[in-house]
Amino acid sequence: MIRAKMAQFAKLAAALVLSFAGSLPAHAESGWGLLNMTQGVTEISRKIYDLHMEIFWICVIIAVIVFGAMIWSIVTYRKSKGAVADVTLVHNTKVELIWTTIPVVILVFMAVPAARTLVEIEDTTKTDLSIKVTGFQWGWQYDYLDSGVAYFSRLDRKSDAARELMSGIDPTTVDHYLLSVDKPLVVPVGMKVRLLITGADVIHSWWVPAFGVKKDAIPGFVNEAWFKVDTDKPGLYRGQCAELCGRDHGFMPIVVDVRSKADFEAWLKDKAAEQKQAAAPPAAAPDVATAAAAG
Amino acid sequence: MAEQHAHAAEHDDHDHKPHGWRRWVYATNHKDIGTMYLIFACTMFFIGGAMAMVIRLELFKPGMQFVDPQFFNSMTTMHALMMIFGAVMPAWTGLANWMIPLQVGAPDMALPRLNNFSFWILPFAFTLLLSSLFVPGGAPAGGWTMYPPLVLQNGASFPMLIFSIHLMGASSILGAINVVVTIMNLRAPGMTLLRMPLFVWTWLITAYLLIAVMPVLAGAVTMLLTDHFFGTTFFTAAGGGDPVMFQHIFWFFGHPEVYILILPAFGIVSEIIPTFSRKPLFGYEAMVYATASIAFLSFIVWAHHMFTVGMPLAAQLFFMLSTMLIAIPTGVKVFNWTTTMFRGSLTFEPPMLFAIAFLFLFSIGGFSGLMLAIVPADYQYQDTYFVVAHFHYVLVPGAIFGIMAGVYYWLPKWVGNMYDQTLAKWHFWLSTIFVNVLFFPQHFLGLAGMPRRIPDYAVQFTDWNMVSSIGGFGFGLAQLLFPYLIWKCVKSGERVVGNKAWEGAHGLEWELPSPAPYHSWGTPPSETMIARGAAH
Ligand SMILES: [Cu+2]
Ligand SMILES: [Cu+2]
Repeated sequence: MIRAKMAQFAKLAAALVLSFAGSLPAHAESGWGLLNMTQGVTEISRKIYDLHMEIFWICVIIAVIVFGAMIWSIVTYRKSKGAVADVTLVHNTKVELIWTTIPVVILVFMAVPAARTLVEIEDTTKTDLSIKVTGFQWGWQYDYLDSGVAYFSRLDRKSDAARELMSGIDPTTVDHYLLSVDKPLVVPVGMKVRLLITGADVIHSWWVPAFGVKKDAIPGFVNEAWFKVDTDKPGLYRGQCAELCGRDHGFMPIVVDVRSKADFEAWLKDKAAEQKQAAAPPAAAPDVATAAAAG
Repeated sequence: MAEQHAHAAEHDDHDHKPHGWRRWVYATNHKDIGTMYLIFACTMFFIGGAMAMVIRLELFKPGMQFVDPQFFNSMTTMHALMMIFGAVMPAWTGLANWMIPLQVGAPDMALPRLNNFSFWILPFAFTLLLSSLFVPGGAPAGGWTMYPPLVLQNGASFPMLIFSIHLMGASSILGAINVVVTIMNLRAPGMTLLRMPLFVWTWLITAYLLIAVMPVLAGAVTMLLTDHFFGTTFFTAAGGGDPVMFQHIFWFFGHPEVYILILPAFGIVSEIIPTFSRKPLFGYEAMVYATASIAFLSFIVWAHHMFTVGMPLAAQLFFMLSTMLIAIPTGVKVFNWTTTMFRGSLTFEPPMLFAIAFLFLFSIGGFSGLMLAIVPADYQYQDTYFVVAHFHYVLVPGAIFGIMAGVYYWLPKWVGNMYDQTLAKWHFWLSTIFVNVLFFPQHFLGLAGMPRRIPDYAVQFTDWNMVSSIGGFGFGLAQLLFPYLIWKCVKSGERVVGNKAWEGAHGLEWELPSPAPYHSWGTPPSETMIARGAAH
């Protein structure tokens, strides 16, 4: 009898878990389907995703067992069904030892891969390109340390207009509302990009989920982080500031434009030339309009 | 001697007490002070709740519809401060005041005048904090965590924030001292430490945590104050300081604080589940040791709140492992509660319903807590709605349900009347359903990439935010039933016959008449009463 009931319960639990798992698509674009962490486009971000799913499933299994035992007790031992309390059941050293030891083993299973991934994440050596990222109220400054290219990146104009209080602009009509910037960070695929992250005024946090990178930008300190985007995954990747930094904390997105190596080199060269020209003293009498534009 | 006792017993029944405002302002009776604490906590709960409604209203759909971003930040900051320091902590102190003397067989708290003082600090502290909403620059908006340099950008509200935190801290420390002294010195003869009810045990441990960490918080905010006004640079890199040091100090207070909010709930659940299972608590001693281990571990895990600040690898590994360890004693507790129900004889009155919901929903918060301990995954979770979902699961169906379970459990003892149990069940079901509608989708939002503490969001987050907001409004409205129920119980509840309001209840509080007399245990309880009441 009890065994039949248990089997039934196990089946039910399995069905529940599977239906939940079915509703967790790896990649969902919008709305109701947005349920899970992104796998991202770097080896590290995928490892983080796997780790996340591993712990998630361990938790689900433990939950099924523990919640199952709770539900079983609640259903079976009702006074209204004539259950009589077994007042002698107050202590059982064996059982108590077992349920203290098993979690230790499970925790070791979680901790080992986590520690391994963490060691990899912390390895900021042998990088190909260094970019200094400075968070300020409210935007990001990017300095390409090897080429001298530097610029600010802020919330784009359309989003900025739409996000005013009672702006009358429907956010759904704005392309990538609150997640687009005037000038994205441009990086190449397949290269280990090192970020040197700091803050100009208060603490910010540079976060791009697809890279699995989140690092605080702290005034007076320089933090390191790195990412290496898969060679077959160029594209635009979006993120946001993740540390409360004042009034417009919700309005300082991050966009990373990941290009092929050739495209990136070309862009960097153009950008360097452009900035050199802008910085050079004008040959003829200064034209007010261009001076303003350059400034 | 016998004559003296008889006289004392007679004296008990007289119940003479000061009348009018003097009874409350000059209060030294633990029951009066407990009542004031609870009413205060309830008031703050609704003010803090109203702030949460503003937050959920603005987040109902994308675009800024109602408030300025700065005001939104004030709302998230003030909501947290009101709920933590105004609602949950005073509610626990109120329950401690009411129940600890009854449960250990003491005539009152050990230091009644100090008790009066620690309560009456609170209205001033919170008037000060709330009035900051009306000063130039608005209320504090840098988050309840008060990280510098951001917090130093607050205007006139900054010193008000610091001073109100000082006052709240002083009140908590005095309250905690009172609890420790009462438990250590005023237990009835025969009430040995390992016979104490778990609510008393968990509060004793909580009180030590409070005494240990509230001064740390006071120190941290004082350093902020001197940084702001007296030119020190504790937390300013330009002057040789370190903004991250504040975070270390703050969370050295902050993580034990989390257990200060939840440990008494463990105690209450450990009282209620045996009562309604008609069976002693399984593994009483294990429960005590598990609580103590959790309290000890709480001092060595603080940096798990700050994995993204850029700590050395070794430090991150240490804090990951120490945090994971907490799962072991917490697991022991959950298994013990479950086994207490196993082979019991269960009924489902409102306190039991809240305790069962606590078991399930607190465990969900525990699972997400374990996930958050895994450093690489935490890089994705940190400062997102996943964290918001996690700590609200621990604090709302955790701490708040614990408080409500306690009130529904002991209210008949306090008032002498039974409340409307049908209505209380409505309160339970509405709260439990809406709390999940409110917070469960926030897991999805966080995983999908929505940061916390933002007044507006990208359009793909709209659907789950709407669901969450609807849950929020439903939960908020359902709470109005709670004070109504209590008021109705006091005015016109059915008289409780006999000492026990619940068939399976054990413990010294149930050896007293209902309502508990104004002066109780003037004569210490007898050894038989203590033995009968002991939990195991
Ligand atoms: Cu920010
Ligand atoms: Cu913590």
